[in-house]
Amino acid sequence: MSAAMTIPHASTSPLLSVHGLVKHFPIKKGLFGKPAGAVRAVDGVSFDVMPGETLGLVGESGCGKSTTGRMILRLIEPTAGSIEFDGIDLVKLDNKQMRRLRRKIQVIFQDPFSSLNPRMTVGSIIREGLTIHHIAEGSAADSRVRQLLDEVGLRAEYMSRYPHEFSGGQRQRIGIARALAVEPTFIVCDEPVSALDVSVQAQVINLMQDLQRDRGLAYLFIAHDLSVVEHIADRVAVMYLGKIVELASSDDLYREPLMPYTQALLSAVPIADPAVKKNRVMLRGDVPSPANPPSGCVFHPRCQHPAKDAACAVLVPPLEEKAPGHWVACIKQPPTGVDWSIQKAAGGTNPPARYLPVITPNGTPNGV
Amino acid sequence: MPEPLLRVHDLRTYFYTESGVARSVDGVSFEIAPGETVGLVGESGCGKSVTALSLLRLIRPPGRIESGSEITFDGKNLVTIDEKSMRAVRGARISMVFQEPMTALNPVFTVGDQIAEVVRIHGAGSKREAWDRAVKMLETVGIPAPAQRANEYPHQLSGGMRQRVVIAMALVMNPALVIADEPTTALDVTIQAQILELLADLQKQFGTSILLITHDLGVVAESVSRVIVMYGGEVVEEAAVRELFAAAHHPYTEGLLGAMPQVGQERERLATIPGTVPPPTAWPAGCRFHDRCPYAWDRCATEHPPLYQIGSGHVSRCHLADEPQRRAEKHEPLVVAATGEGNPGRGTRAS
Repeated sequence: MSAAMTIPHASTSPLLSVHGLVKHFPIKKGLFGKPAGAVRAVDGVSFDVMPGETLGLVGESGCGKSTTGRMILRLIEPTAGSIEFDGIDLVKLDNKQMRRLRRKIQVIFQDPFSSLNPRMTVGSIIREGLTIHHIAEGSAADSRVRQLLDEVGLRAEYMSRYPHEFSGGQRQRIGIARALAVEPTFIVCDEPVSALDVSVQAQVINLMQDLQRDRGLAYLFIAHDLSVVEHIADRVAVMYLGKIVELASSDDLYREPLMPYTQALLSAVPIADPAVKKNRVMLRGDVPSPANPPSGCVFHPRCQHPAKDAACAVLVPPLEEKAPGHWVACIKQPPTGVDWSIQKAAGGTNPPARYLPVITPNGTPNGV
Repeated sequence: MPEPLLRVHDLRTYFYTESGVARSVDGVSFEIAPGETVGLVGESGCGKSVTALSLLRLIRPPGRIESGSEITFDGKNLVTIDEKSMRAVRGARISMVFQEPMTALNPVFTVGDQIAEVVRIHGAGSKREAWDRAVKMLETVGIPAPAQRANEYPHQLSGGMRQRVVIAMALVMNPALVIADEPTTALDVTIQAQILELLADLQKQFGTSILLITHDLGVVAESVSRVIVMYGGEVVEEAAVRELFAAAHHPYTEGLLGAMPQVGQERERLATIPGTVPPPTAWPAGCRFHDRCPYAWDRCATEHPPLYQIGSGHVSRCHLADEPQRRAEKHEPLVVAATGEGNPGRGTRAS
């Protein structure tokens, strides 16, 4: 598959454009809540999502991926930065204007057990958005609900039932029908299949792909499961301690990850083929606290790049385009705009050198 | 094959609920050899966790291990021995690692105290000796500065560290068998890799047998030598790990492998298993998988399949073993033909 195919509509303008997004949660101390620092949950994140595209946002717990998604939905107010949707900066909108725009931006949550109101029937859950946005009422709304249920693979007669009567996979379908009801163009999917069993997860992923194809939806697909993201995303952004450390087409990222963190992350994914022997880049220790992130490159204390040196602890690596469409934040992976003279001045002793540990298995993983 | 360490024969654990008898574990048999790692896989509601709890006799009313079930370990049937003898087995000869380390640990005691308590309960040393053993165990599971860490409370540790503490607790009495129930499911993938590496190292070091219960076939492929697949409270397939991944026989196993997206795989449409797992109060007649199975024919709806021998150490609960020519006839399962994939066969009640 060519790179041009994996980034659809690359020539058109982005549907969503996030610039320098920051969220610092203050840490309060003492009786009067004196501020004593901040958790830098998201620390300067920028990316675009094209119409009809799926951008995967991956990273481990606490990397800031869900906070990013919630800021786009304005469920959390950003500390700084802009979120342009269709040319409108969401951060500047008041609540009333934002409510109107929510018709275009919808969300699918992780937990299908807590995201549906247990006291509402499936029909009224899906109908609510239609009423709020004055899309349809009365029997027109009813037939719309029926049609939506049918689209997500549920029977129309389920509309009079309550969420507890459904399995996890079915509830996630209800959540998808609710999101689709107001005809959005963009959906933030926050770990939409993490709570589901493998066979049900596959049903929901296929459904989401069908809906995207039929309706031209764009997804921001937030997940920790790297194999699911590779399957569904056109492009993938990898986050670590509140920053995007690598962003590339799904094919490039999984074939040739350049950021040492991405390399380690991918190599940690278990491969469902006992015949494959993996060469694992094992990360030691835990992710540092976002309240006190390391200086320079936030990944440097755990980094295994052979050229790592004192400069990595001083210079903050910019997210640079190392190959067409392949953005990486690492001053030791050439080419880099952070010149060797600058690195030397910051205490650098090792010039940048390409590091590509072999982490992809030989032979094809077993798929039936 | 050496004398098995654990032999489970016709284990049946039923729950007598208001909505009927839930036959969660319904005639399960398997063996584990000394030093062997066996994977027990299946989706929610297949009975894998109830099987694990039954081995330690941790089933509470309205649940009950039915008479006739046998769990032979150390020459005794664990189903019938008295509670006092069972307590001597639990935590000392067979121990358990739970999924969620935060709930498995007591928040008001230091981790050192909690590990030492296991030693004290089994009367294996003085207070001082128990504490020393706890610190040594923390070191064994790779916790830096174990002497200081032993004085910390669970909330002061990261998720990965907590799971190491839980593993230390499970191993401190040097048990013959460790049951690990989804030990890495709550952890991030890089931490999961660390914990799986640790389990493998410890097993080599102590020769412990491990029963690894998981829904993640990737974890199974990398960690175990033999796999038992459960569905509907029964074992539906059992094989050596390579054999299972290369030549799965049961349509359910085949479906599970196809439904899993994999890194490095071509991005085709994922195979799905239509429908959902039936509730344990109403397993379908005949083969319990027949209404979701693409190969099912009339025989499957009426005749409960036995475990057919497929090859050496490979068994499968599927009539295809008897009529292999049927494998060429794949079709849409009848029950979902009318409403599309993903619709439930029968009741829609989530169990």
